[in-house]
Formats: sequence, C-alpha cells, structure tokens
Amino acid sequence: MIATLLQLLPEADFLSPTIDWHAIAPEMVILVGSLVLILLDSIKLDKAKPFMPTLASLVLLGAMIPVITLAIDGSTRVLFGGSYVVDSMSLVLKALFLVSAYIVVLMSTNYVADGDYWESEYYSLIVAAVLGMLVMCSARDLLMIFVALELLSIPAYMLAAWRKGDEKSNEAGLKYYLMGVFASAVLLYGMSLMYGVGRSTRLDVIAENLVRIGDGRGAPIVTLAMIFVIIGFAFKVSAVPFHTWAPDTYEGAPTPVTAFLAVASKTAGFVALIQIVFYCFAARPDIIQPVFAVLAILSMTVGNLIALKQTNVVRMLAYSGIAQAGFMLAPFAVIETNREQALSSIVIYLVIYAAMNLGAFAVIIAITRKTRSAEISSLGGLFSYMPGLTVVMTIFLASLAGIPPFGGWYAKFGVWQALIGGNTALGYALAIIMAINTVVAAYYYLNVAKTMWFDEAPDGDTAPVKIPFTLIGAMGITVVATVLFGVLPGLLTNISDFSPVAAALGR
Amino acid sequence: MMNFLNDWGLVLTIFLPLAGALVMMAIPKQSEGAIKLVALGAPLAAAAMGILLMLNFDYGDSEHLQFMVNKNWIELINSNFILGLDGLSLPLLALTLFIVPLVVIYSWQHVPNPGNPKAFFTLMLILETAMIGSFLAQDLILFFVFFEVTLLPMYFLIGVWGGEQRRYASIKFFLYTLFGSAFMIVAFVALYFLAKAPTGIALEQLRALGGSYADMQAGDPLHSFGMQALTYSGAAGIAKTTAIVIFGGMFLGFGIKVPMFPFHTWLPDAHTQAPTQGSVILAAVLLKLGTYGFIRIAIPIIPVAARAWAPIIGILAVIGIIYGALGCLAQTDMKRLIAFSSVSHMGYTMLGISTLTAFGLNAAVFGMVAHGLITGLLFFVAGSVKERYHTLDIKRLGGLLISAPKMGWILGFATMASLGLPGLAGFWGEFPAILSAYDPAVGLNVVLFRTLMVLAAVGTVLAAGYLLWLYQRTAFGTPSEEFANDPNITDVNKFEWLAWSPILAGIVILGFFPGLIFNVAGPAVEVIARTVGG
Repeated sequence: MIATLLQLLPEADFLSPTIDWHAIAPEMVILVGSLVLILLDSIKLDKAKPFMPTLASLVLLGAMIPVITLAIDGSTRVLFGGSYVVDSMSLVLKALFLVSAYIVVLMSTNYVADGDYWESEYYSLIVAAVLGMLVMCSARDLLMIFVALELLSIPAYMLAAWRKGDEKSNEAGLKYYLMGVFASAVLLYGMSLMYGVGRSTRLDVIAENLVRIGDGRGAPIVTLAMIFVIIGFAFKVSAVPFHTWAPDTYEGAPTPVTAFLAVASKTAGFVALIQIVFYCFAARPDIIQPVFAVLAILSMTVGNLIALKQTNVVRMLAYSGIAQAGFMLAPFAVIETNREQALSSIVIYLVIYAAMNLGAFAVIIAITRKTRSAEISSLGGLFSYMPGLTVVMTIFLASLAGIPPFGGWYAKFGVWQALIGGNTALGYALAIIMAINTVVAAYYYLNVAKTMWFDEAPDGDTAPVKIPFTLIGAMGITVVATVLFGVLPGLLTNISDFSPVAAALGR
Repeated sequence: MMNFLNDWGLVLTIFLPLAGALVMMAIPKQSEGAIKLVALGAPLAAAAMGILLMLNFDYGDSEHLQFMVNKNWIELINSNFILGLDGLSLPLLALTLFIVPLVVIYSWQHVPNPGNPKAFFTLMLILETAMIGSFLAQDLILFFVFFEVTLLPMYFLIGVWGGEQRRYASIKFFLYTLFGSAFMIVAFVALYFLAKAPTGIALEQLRALGGSYADMQAGDPLHSFGMQALTYSGAAGIAKTTAIVIFGGMFLGFGIKVPMFPFHTWLPDAHTQAPTQGSVILAAVLLKLGTYGFIRIAIPIIPVAARAWAPIIGILAVIGIIYGALGCLAQTDMKRLIAFSSVSHMGYTMLGISTLTAFGLNAAVFGMVAHGLITGLLFFVAGSVKERYHTLDIKRLGGLLISAPKMGWILGFATMASLGLPGLAGFWGEFPAILSAYDPAVGLNVVLFRTLMVLAAVGTVLAAGYLLWLYQRTAFGTPSEEFANDPNITDVNKFEWLAWSPILAGIVILGFFPGLIFNVAGPAVEVIARTVGG
C-alpha cells in the first residue's frame, strides 16, 4: 500500500534547501539559548534561579553579535525560496527587539525575584517570545508570519497571568488570551482567503496575483481577505476598535510584562503589518488606505480621549499606547504616493517609541517599589524626595508628548512628513487630526508631570527608596536613547536609510 | 579672534547656559553658594560672548547673516544646523543676554517658594539656551526645536514656583502654545514639500548658497528647511490659496505666542501666576518669539500670503490694543493689569508688522525691545511689591511713595515709559508703529490701515489712562492702615538696585538714541520688506 503510494510521487521531488547559517544565526542563538535556559532549570532546579536573568541577558546580547556582523556585511540575503529575507530593515528591527527584551529583563530582575515568581520559566518564555519576533522581522510568507505571531503571542499570554495569586493578573492573562486567539482565528481566515485568491503563501507571489486580479473576478474576496488580515493584526497593535483587551491586560499583568507587551509585542504586530502591507497589500492601495485611515483616526482620538480620564498611570500609558499606535498607523494611509517615507517613518517611530515607553515603565517600576500603587495621585511630591527619578520620568513623558529635544518629536515629525509628502487629501486630513491629538495627549502626559512636580506627597511620606542597579541600567539606556534620538535624529535616519528596502520596493 | 568667533561664537553663546545647567546638576543641592555662582556665571559668560560678537559685528552689512555656522544635522530631511546673526536677530539676542543675568541677580536673595534654587536656576539656564537658539536658528526645524524647548522650563517655573492658581495657569500656557506649534510644524513640512526654486535674481541668490542648491533650475522642488533658501524661493510654485493656508498654520503658532487677540487668554493667567522671574522672562523675551517668527519666517517666506493676511493681522492687532487697554481698566490685580497691558503693547508691534513696510517692521523690532525692558521692569517692581505687601490688590495698595519712595519713583518711571513718554524707549516702540499704518505696503488697503492708525492712537490715550490710574492708586495717597507701620515694607534693596538700574539706564539710553536699534535692524528689515513689495 505505502509502496504504491510512494511510487506515485515523482522522484527526487524534495530538495533540501541550502541554508545560509549566517543569516539565521541570531535566531539560532536565541533558540539554543532558550533551550539552555529550560534545561538548566530542569536539571539544577532552584539553584539556577539567581543566574537566570544574567543568562537571559547574555543570550539576548549574544544574538546581537550576528545581527551586527550581518549589518556590517550589508548584503540582502534571501532564504527558503524567498519566504525569509534578511535585509537592513529587518536587522534594524531585530536589534530593536533584542535591546528591548534586554531592557525588559533588566526591569524584571528584581521585580520577579522580589515577588517570588517562577523565575526560570519567566525568562525562558521571554526569550522564546523574542524568537518569534526575530522571525517576524524576516518573514515574507503568510505561514511564516503566522507561526512567528503565535510563537511570540503564546508566551505573552502566560506571562500576563504570571502573578497567579492576583485576580487582576489572572483576568489580564485570560482576557489577553481569549482576545488573542479570536484575533488569530480572524487572521487565519483572512490568510486562507488570501491563499485562495493569491495561489501562494509567499507575499511577493500573492502581490503579483493581486495586481492580476485587479477589479476582476475575485476582487470582493480580496477585499474581505485584506480586511480580515488587517483586523487580525489590529488586535495585536491594540488599534481602536480592537483595543478593549489592552487596558485591563496592562493593568493586571506584572509591570515588566506590561512593558514587554506594550513595546515589543506591539512592535511585532507593526512589523507583521509592515511585511504584509508593504510587500503584498500595497498592490491594492484603494482598499487598504481608507481602512488604515479609519483605524488611525479612531485609535488616536479614542485612545487620547479615554486616556484623559485615567487615574492609574499604567492604564494611562495603555490608552496612550493606543493613541500612539494610531500615529503609527497613519502613514499606512499614504502608502500609494509616499511609500518609502511612510515605511521609514513607521520604523523610526517604533524605535523611538520603544525607548521612551520602556523608559516610562522602568520608572514606574522604580516608583511603585516605594508607593506600592500605580495611581497617579500616589506620585505626588516625587520631585521633593526623588528629584532624579522625577526628571527622568519627565523626559519620557515629554518625549511621549512629542516635545523637543526628546526623541518623540522626531517620531511625530517623521509621520507628519510622510503624511504631507504623500500630497493627498487623506494625508493632509490625517496630519491635521494628528496635530490636534498631539495637543490633547500633552494634557495627560503633563498631568502626570504636574502631580510629580507640583503636588504634595500623599501621607507626607517622603523617604526615598533604593533603586536596584539593574533598573538604573534600564533607565539609563532608555533615557540616553530618548535624548540622543531627539537631539541627533540623524543617527537613526542614517541606519534606517533603507536602500535595500527601496530596491525591494521596486524602485 | 575673528576665526574663533566665526566658528564658535554663536554656538558658545547658545550653549554656554546649557553647559551651566549641566554643571549645576552635578552640584549637590546643599551648596547654594556654588549653585548661585554657576547660575550667574553661565549667563554672564554667554553675555560676554555676545558682547564679543556684537563688537565684531559688521554694522555696515547688517542685512546679511554673519558668523554663520552650517553643519549637517538631519540629512534625511535636509535639515541643517544653521546659525546666523543679522540686524534683526541682534537686538533680540542682546535683549535676552541682558535680561537673564539681571533676573538671576534679582533671585539672588530669595528664590520664590518652595525654594530649591538648584532646580530653579537649572530651568532658567535651559530656558536661556532655548531662547537664544530661537533667535539665531536659520533652519525651520532647528528653530522649531528651540521654540518648543522653551515650553517645558517655563511650564515648571510657573507650576512649581507660581501663585495659587499655578497648576491651571501652567497647563493653559503649555497647551495653548503647543496647539499653535503643532500647526506651525505642519505648515513647515508643507513648505518643505511644496516650495520650488524661484526664477531670476532670486535663483542666482539661491544658487549662491551652494550645496544642493548650487545647480538648481527654476521650478525644481526645493526640499529644504533652510530659512535663507526658503526666503529666496519666496513660496515660488505654491498656489495662492495653499500659501494662505500654510501661512494660517504659522499664524496660529506665532500669533498664540505673541499673543494676538483672540488667542491672548493664556497670557494674563500665566503672568499673574508665574513667579516674578518667570513673568519677567515671559514678558521680556518669550513673547518676542512670536513677533520675531512673523518677521523672520512667516512674512519673507510666504510673501503672497502675508499680503493677504496683513489686513486681518492689522485688524486683530488693533482689537488687541483696544481690548487689552479696556481689559486693563477692569483689573483689580496689579500683575494682571500689566499682563493685559502686554496684550495691548504687543498689538502695536503687530500693527507695525502688518503694514509690511520697512518702517513698520523696524518700529516693531524697536517695540519688541522696548516692551521687553519696560514690561520686564514693571513685573520686577510688581514682584517686589507683592513680596512686601503679600498682595497685589490695587485697592489695598497705596502710598508707595511714602512707604518705599525709591520704589515708588521707579514704578512711576516704568509707567511713564510704558505709556510712551517721549525721551524714553516706549515712545519709539509705539509712535512709529502707529505712524507706519498711515502708509502701508503697496497693494494694502490704505483706508483700512489709516482707520486702524486712528484707532491705535486712541489706544495710547487709554494706555495713559490705565497706567496713570494704576500709578495713582498704588503710589499716591497715604498707605492704608493695614500696611502703615508694617516693618516688612522696606525700600529698594541692593539686589534690586543691581537688577533694575541697568534696565532703567537702558530705557533712557534707547529713548535718547533710538538709532542704536533702528540703524542695526533697518537694513535687515528693509530686505524683508522688499520681498513683500513694501
């Protein structure tokens, strides 16, 4: 029976692909690293605990080495028949994920140890999620993107519920999980439709077929498939109206995990959108531009308006993150006329957003070591007893609000430039709506600054608290990055000069 | 020497205060002496640098930028670190360098509540860097960055060291300005994409800038944020309606900062609640960023739209003059009254600008400096009065000439200067501005501007009214019972003398020798007026 079946197969059909090991070295380092972490935990049990954060950091920084060597090499490497591409943009994003994860590990070190959580598993899950993110940066294939997405999401579901004793954390994990799998289902359905009309899982092949189909037979299915896929990722990047999970999850999850979700996980969602939209859906700008315009306007406006009312700083950052996602979604709406600038503005925004948002969370972790609460009112009088921390937090808040000379201004400026450079009515409208939203956002960021600087300490408790050096390290890296990117944005625009991207975009 | 100034002069002038701020952060909070030393030393060093620059400035060539610095900054968007000093920037640079050390001296004895000189002076030094940078930047993005950097320090100065309503006032100040500048940056970006290389002589001038402009053809997209390049382009290739909309974005940014009616409502709150030092800096320098922006950026870069907007600006300016003056008459708080007088006085400056003539622009530049000195002094005196009386309620004050005669005389001097008494600086800021409206630039509605002139002249009468009324009620008469024998009410002390006498001297000198500013700014504003056909 089997023999007859085998005979049916054409001979020598399966070719083992030649693998460029250098190109996938970062992923290999992370993969091996995460296995080592798991093994170490199983063999040494509790004795391994104190070394876990250090080991995880080493793994993440170790993976930076091949990323750097690949960047020096500079050539674009195409693997697995075009479904995996390592180019300069993907390297920038991989470096971003590795550094972000490293900062998250720094932030977690004392938090997880003090809380007596499951340390070893915690770090191996973070590293596993990073693997998914790295794969996402290079994936040019629907399946690859989906696998990467699940790989980075599933550890995050567990991490969100890490504080098992806390109902809120359980709620956070469960909500995130249910919404996440729902989004995955929608996404997968969209992808299957896309496969049906595009006749391939490879993005470039699908794009060709989309152009061929045009407005002809199958066009409605194309529209449906695109909208489903975009919605699937809209959940991931918490765009309105698919944002409802974010505030509860952010509030309930352990704060370092929240930082991880708000920065790394959201960035991964954007990277997936970049891959799919710029390399595939861009063939039909008439469909996706209005969709993204609506998502962007809703996200920035609704996110901002709800953020105004928040009394908890983490929830405030969650809603502000929704609004910031709106700013990042806006350039997608001018993809037809200003493709390159749209792409570079999103990537630059992602990098700067990571620096300032991670920093803000690091400060919050430091402050809550004292206040034991993330209520904004509990930050009162911080300037009087921890002035250094207050100044650092103010820098992050000002940067989030987009005030020079801190990074955020250039991120916003880049988006404005992309929108106006597109020279479409939609682009101008988005630019103006964004300008108004910037002012609205400034209010709630400054509200936090106001509490820290102008108000009295609640209960008159003004004893400063010691901040562990790992946390200081996390704040140091992010504050330097935030200031540097703001004063010399050229640093960022030079590394993300995207010339290979321009080539890939067919220029 | 000249080489050093050419390379480093402007950079050092801008960043010496910031360097001082960084040094200050390293000094422990307790050593107040060292902190104050740095706080005074850094602005003095910047001022010394500024004096060196002014001594070596070629006054015969003040329409051209001198001591130019041009370095790559953000290559991707062709935004460069360009600094330059010409006759328009110089008076404002001088004003900033002059006022800040005096503010520090005034603060020597007493940093306002709740203390913390380290933070107070650090913010002030950052603020100085941002202000100087705004006046020297010759690139729109660089200007925008400096312009925005002024926001946070001022926000904290008002919010931490301000009066009772400080939270409300500081956030109002912040959001108003940010609202304007968000539209301003959108306008800048639109210019970047839309402006084209011009034709004729302007094209030659543009090519002479070198770099990417060297072989530009007429009609090529400019893709530049350089103010010079954009000025030569003069919004070539932008449709008139688009230009008008772009100017509208800048109008919001600068007009709110000035502040022009109807965007002035943040100013009385900010001034009233700010600590004395904050009020002085706000009135003396920060408001000028708006008027300076109009003269340096909005008008020469989009002359077409400037002509279209001129009548609106003129009308709003005169409404501001009259409304501000009437507002003054209704105030019961001395500081709030001075704040409203600022609205009125900045109206004269804007009226001068709206004529688009060299004469009007020159008057505006003088008005900016004169208002800076006079209103600065008024706020200083108001601050000292508040410190002694713990109130600025005009009804409760009185008899200042008896309780503190020297201070009373200084207040009298400042009010006289403010109402435009000939022989003092205020006269030259106000009178030429009104006069300039008689003969606006070609193409503007003469009848309208002459009407505005008459109305503005009525404003001076009102100004005399509210200022004399203020002076009469605070300085004349006998002290009220509650303050009659108050030992806290002392006359001008030595720090106040140190801080105020240079301003007093400045007001008199500029009153007698207005050419000091007119001659320097004249050629520069003439070039600008020519671009709009004035």
